[in-house]
Amino acid sequence: MHPGPSLGLFIFAAAMANCLPVLAEPDRVPKGARLAQDVAKGNCLACHAMPTDAKAVTSANIGPPLISIRARFPEREQLRRQLWDAGLTNPDTVMPPFGKHQILTTEEIDLIVDYLYTL
Amino acid sequence: MALPRIKFLTQLLAVTLAAACIGALAHASPEQDRATFIALYHDKFPAAALEDYVNGALMLSADARAQFDSIMEFPPFQGDIDQGRTLWETPFRNGKTFASCYANGGRNIAGNYPYYDSGNDRVVTFEMDINRCLRDNGEAQYKFSDKATMGILTAYARTLSDGMRVDVRVAGTGAIAKYEQGKKLYFTRIGQYNFACASCHMVNAGKILRTEILSPTVGQTTHWPVFRGGDNLNTLHMRYRRCMEQMRASPFPAGSEELNNLEYFQSYLSNGLPMRASVYRK
Ligand code: HEC
Ligand code: HEC
Repeated sequence: MHPGPSLGLFIFAAAMANCLPVLAEPDRVPKGARLAQDVAKGNCLACHAMPTDAKAVTSANIGPPLISIRARFPEREQLRRQLWDAGLTNPDTVMPPFGKHQILTTEEIDLIVDYLYTL
Repeated sequence: MALPRIKFLTQLLAVTLAAACIGALAHASPEQDRATFIALYHDKFPAAALEDYVNGALMLSADARAQFDSIMEFPPFQGDIDQGRTLWETPFRNGKTFASCYANGGRNIAGNYPYYDSGNDRVVTFEMDINRCLRDNGEAQYKFSDKATMGILTAYARTLSDGMRVDVRVAGTGAIAKYEQGKKLYFTRIGQYNFACASCHMVNAGKILRTEILSPTVGQTTHWPVFRGGDNLNTLHMRYRRCMEQMRASPFPAGSEELNNLEYFQSYLSNGLPMRASVYRK
């Protein structure tokens, strides 16, 4: 038999799971949202607006508004890196190095990244 | 503590003041620093008059400023100032008062603080001279963070200098060394969040941190203590400590040499601005 369609489907599913972990574990996004907005964790709202999330209330304008994340960060790794240590891209940034200074764990950063891709 | 980031400053200046051809602050004189800060803020807030900087974040919000003005008509902390006055006027056991320790009975002196004491090679703050006065008169000294004594006394004593122009001197190698130490702390990234004072009050002055407009450094030392929420007395060093906590750094103690030198650096930047004690803050 020709294996084409099922293999194609498999590859498609794997690709989806890879770029949208949301589908695999539906509660990752709310968890990430909580971590991002928790003052003791990401505290992202101290500096960033998140105009597409009605629950994210802030007047902050220190960093750019977090929107269209998929267009701005097509590579997941690039976004994780921005959260891990923003200084890698811009040594003068005021954005805290969340991973490097152990403000957030790797897992917490991944959850926030999942959430950011919904913005 | 993270490494000193003098390079950070140089780069910052290169970016913000590229056109102005100003040398790196790392090797600048205090007067050059002051000019650089003022030029930078002037670029950010072209409409603001320099005198307005004593109002800090309020200079950037007409609403907050109107609320401030109305609260200052009948300050809810007037009782504390009055108690400070009683303390100031009550004679020591030897019959003298605080006024006897100062030129001019303590009028128009606060704008000369902090100053460099070459005999002891250290920066002397207003609070330290209050304690010296107590000691010289055989009285017990106050704790720097005690609101009921040092707090209210300085809240009153500084009002005797209202309107005085800040005139802090930094001259000679000893004084410059202390000033440079304060400046280094201001530009050093510390704490888990990796902020420097400059991150918020220089680079991002005028921007909004969640709900708070960030005040410029020029003008920050002219009006202490402040009464937060109208009745909660906060000294300048308490505010420094609070900002350091926000940086997730371990704050230096009130009255420590580190904070005294920081205050020396910051106060110099406010030279020429009018003193006004004490004021309301959110
Ligand atoms: C103290 C301020 C501050 C905090 C807190 C902060 N950021 Fe930032 N962030 C910035 C600034 C400023 C930039 C602009 C880029 C730069 O400085 O290099 C930025 C850039 C970004 C970018 C890149 C945007 C783009 O399009 O280039 C992302 C994504 C981001 N931040 C996400 C976050 C997340 C998620 C959090 C919380 C976990 C967070 N930030 C917390 C200040 C902050
Ligand atoms: C993460 C941001 C941040 C950092 C870093 C920071 N501050 Fe602040 N600071 C604030 C905020 C917010 C306020 C309250 C709003 C205002 O007046 O600027 C404030 C207020 C102040 C005030 C009182 C201003 C007034 O007129 O009431 C002083 C003085 C001050 N900071 C000094 C410092 C110094 C010195 C450092 C470094 C040791 C520092 N700050 C670091 C955020 C910061």
